[in-house]
Amino acid sequence: MKPAKFEYYAPQTLQETLEVLAFYGEDARILAGGQSLVPLLNFRIMQPSALVSINHCQDLHHLALEAEDIVCGALIRQVEAEHSAVVSQSCPLLAAALPWVGGRANRNRGTVCGSLAHADPLAELTAVATALDAKFMLASVHGRREVLPEEFFLGELSTCIEPGEMLEAVRFPAVGADATAAFVEVGNRQHGFAVVGVAAQLEYEPDGRYRRVRLAAIGVGSTPVRLEVAEGILTDTYGDMATVKEASHAAAIGLEPPGGFHADAAYRLKVLPVLIERAVKQAHAARYEQKEH
Amino acid sequence: MDGGEKVWVELLVNGTIYRRQIEPRRLLVDFIRYDAGLTGTHLGCAHGVCGACTVQIDGAAARSCLHFAVDVQNSLVTTVEGMADDKHVHPLQQAFQECHALQCGFCTPGFLLTADEFLRETPAPTLEQVREAMSNNLCRCTGYVNIVKAVLLAAERIRMLESKNT
Repeated sequence: MKPAKFEYYAPQTLQETLEVLAFYGEDARILAGGQSLVPLLNFRIMQPSALVSINHCQDLHHLALEAEDIVCGALIRQVEAEHSAVVSQSCPLLAAALPWVGGRANRNRGTVCGSLAHADPLAELTAVATALDAKFMLASVHGRREVLPEEFFLGELSTCIEPGEMLEAVRFPAVGADATAAFVEVGNRQHGFAVVGVAAQLEYEPDGRYRRVRLAAIGVGSTPVRLEVAEGILTDTYGDMATVKEASHAAAIGLEPPGGFHADAAYRLKVLPVLIERAVKQAHAARYEQKEH
Repeated sequence: MDGGEKVWVELLVNGTIYRRQIEPRRLLVDFIRYDAGLTGTHLGCAHGVCGACTVQIDGAAARSCLHFAVDVQNSLVTTVEGMADDKHVHPLQQAFQECHALQCGFCTPGFLLTADEFLRETPAPTLEQVREAMSNNLCRCTGYVNIVKAVLLAAERIRMLESKNT
């Protein structure tokens, strides 16, 4: 099918974008990479009155380390973040997850912020943002606000972005060079939707103990789930196998995953600990690769 | 206004400028096929999954069903028609033909443009890398084995050509 008619806007700056958004309110949608939005338009699941393309707003095209955070503007394509030295050095979890986000042709165009704002419950980057306590920078003509993942993700395809507001940038906390990370998932196709996925990032004490563990999962709830119990068990340990297993199994307790066409709830609960174990092991092993360099 | 008003759009496809009056909702794939008359690009699923409509926007593979022509003005679009020069088909096209990497041919242009970007970045790929790079496009005829073979063969030939040229 073809999209329904819409008014097209191509503002050149964030300010102009916000003005159009203020005018249309909830009848307008932001068009960035379009990898999630345009399928919905093509099938007429969505029929907004206006599309506001931010593809010409150079002031939204920025990716840099600012103070303690990597700030990723709304126009940064996934592939740009994937190839960015600042991301691979200071945000290993984002770097690890990006290759899983769709195929290359999709990542060439899709944006980091767009994937987050679309809030598909199986989007890898939502787990990254949740694990890292990323800050979502929302902007409207009335001003700016900053929200955390638990406030941002409200449910399947649903966020706290208000009509007239847009996700201007995301701030991922930067970590030191010795931090390592891994993203693992199971799914039907490498670049298809995940069934369950786990994001893990480890920071270390000089003696090798885990100073800080960050874990989050997709595919076990309508929003990404922070695995705090497992993080607690692993923190301040050396990540020996018994502890990793204990933490992985503890993480699944109390979760109520959805069913679905590709996997039922019981399968998701069964595969989650396996993936947590795999993710922690992989992240831990990455430390040895680092040392070799 | 209901958004149906036509606008003038200018697109550079394979080095030729096409200036047409279209609705903003005109998809890039439809602009290429109906407005520019280049029917080598095929529309399959229309939601970015099958990869048949893959073209290159500024040299990077992209689904032409997921872009609006009006929004990619000032970009350089390459379609399968832009791969061959006047005398020779592209080494990838040659290898696809020799390896029987196509049967009905519907998916082929998408595979070619995907593989072209891949080989530019990974000139000496392993079998696994080729399989991974081609995994985002669907083919219902070949079973993929010959497509992978063709990409590996083309990689070898492109490397040979380039070593000759330097």
